[in-house]
Amino acid sequence: MSKTPEPYCWPHKHLLGLQDLSAADILFALQTAVGFLEVSTRSVKKVPALRGKVVANLFMEDSTRTRSSFTLAASRLSADVIDLSGKGSSISKGETLRDTGRNIEAMGIDAIVCRHPLSGAAVQLSRAVNCSVVNAGDGQHEHPTQGLLDIFTIARQLGRTDFDLTGITVAIVGDIAHSRVARSNLYGLLKLGATVVLVGPPTLLPRTFADLGCELSYSLDDVLDRVDVLNMLRIQFERLTSQAFPSVREYATFFGLTTKRLARAKPDVVVMHPGPINRGIELDSQVADGPNSVILSQVSHGLAVRMAVLYLVSGAKHQADSL
Amino acid sequence: MRQIADAQRVSMLIDQLADAIKQDMSGTTDPWAIVGIRSRGDLLAQRLAGRLNFDHIGVLDITLYRDDLSEIGMQPIVRTTEIPFAIDRMQVVLVDDVLMTGRSVRAALQSLMDLGRPRRVWLAVLVDRGGRELPIRPDYVAFDLAQDDSGLGLASDNRVEVMLQPTDPEDGIVVCSSDPQVSIS
Repeated sequence: MSKTPEPYCWPHKHLLGLQDLSAADILFALQTAVGFLEVSTRSVKKVPALRGKVVANLFMEDSTRTRSSFTLAASRLSADVIDLSGKGSSISKGETLRDTGRNIEAMGIDAIVCRHPLSGAAVQLSRAVNCSVVNAGDGQHEHPTQGLLDIFTIARQLGRTDFDLTGITVAIVGDIAHSRVARSNLYGLLKLGATVVLVGPPTLLPRTFADLGCELSYSLDDVLDRVDVLNMLRIQFERLTSQAFPSVREYATFFGLTTKRLARAKPDVVVMHPGPINRGIELDSQVADGPNSVILSQVSHGLAVRMAVLYLVSGAKHQADSL
Repeated sequence: MRQIADAQRVSMLIDQLADAIKQDMSGTTDPWAIVGIRSRGDLLAQRLAGRLNFDHIGVLDITLYRDDLSEIGMQPIVRTTEIPFAIDRMQVVLVDDVLMTGRSVRAALQSLMDLGRPRRVWLAVLVDRGGRELPIRPDYVAFDLAQDDSGLGLASDNRVEVMLQPTDPEDGIVVCSSDPQVSIS
């Protein structure tokens, strides 16, 4: 056996958010994901690690890429997957999340991957069931696997193979207020030593975010030349209830990453987007498809990260108090 | 913990393995690859490759293929498998440091088959400890403790460990008394 300096063991039965994880946990999850990258390059893209386990996808909100990424991740680990979505199921008949969870669990499920429009839904679910719960996005709270895959992509792109992000400045641009991606990224990036600047119009960038240890800026142009990463968030029209900005065109003018703006950034700046892109709003097409963009790497890294997460939570000791 | 081979002996044992493999290699015109099982077999494979002329060298991590994953509770660390070549139609020498139950080798074989279809897989181990739980037999053994005439008086729960630089401070083979640590090597 190899001599590892500290005998680290992944302690979490659930993955609910990056806020709950220590820096060591995040590092371990990312390092585990490195081992899973190669699986997707084989002729047989499957390993038997979760053979005989069952993963349930419980998605109460529209999602294509996250759901298919989790489905593929589970099947590459040889787990069986069942898909449950909000529409056309008993959830739309008024069943509570707690009841839904307990009923799914009664079928002998080992892990539930949950997406829900309400913040805190995954935490509630984890308290109701005995199986593992992986948060695939809950309202405006967290989207931990997206946070992990974004950090994974940043570290690999910038050659930080040890995932130490000290000295790297990441700008997260857009609708910070409603974004679970921004929160998960923020918690994770700060724990790994990165500097984070949140950028957006004042209506979408609450001042209280500064308390979390990041910088705030209302102007993309002001921060453009000093950041290493630009993570451009999607304008979530489905979550914007008030008039947060006068018009989409105005937003694009001030916060859209155009070719012209990109020319003023560092030449090797990493351009990211969690998808789906509103082309011409957050990103110009030439930027989205250009050499700085790592958007498609984010998607393929997402698969490895989700395999790692499913593998880790399914092995955690089943402690009553574990989160 | 007591030492049963020092650095010089280990070097001789590796030479022995290399010589035995060399004889079979000269018999075919197929491409040959050497693949070591983490986390000592890979070092051993490198040493052998330094003595022989292999077309390809690879490293196999068998964690995801272990047959005891659902029993041991905590998930063991996953490291990378690095086999950057197609193993189809190749003669593949699979290398591990110690052969005991045969479960690591079973996992490694399954993993190799998922990567392609080698023409033949050979098994080379530095030490055969005995204690097989599966019908697996090595093609090359340098130090055979499976025969009872080794005179070492190994108890059935003794573990044999191979130390190799640079992972360990120096080369050697040691016998440790029983250890609760879960291991299938």
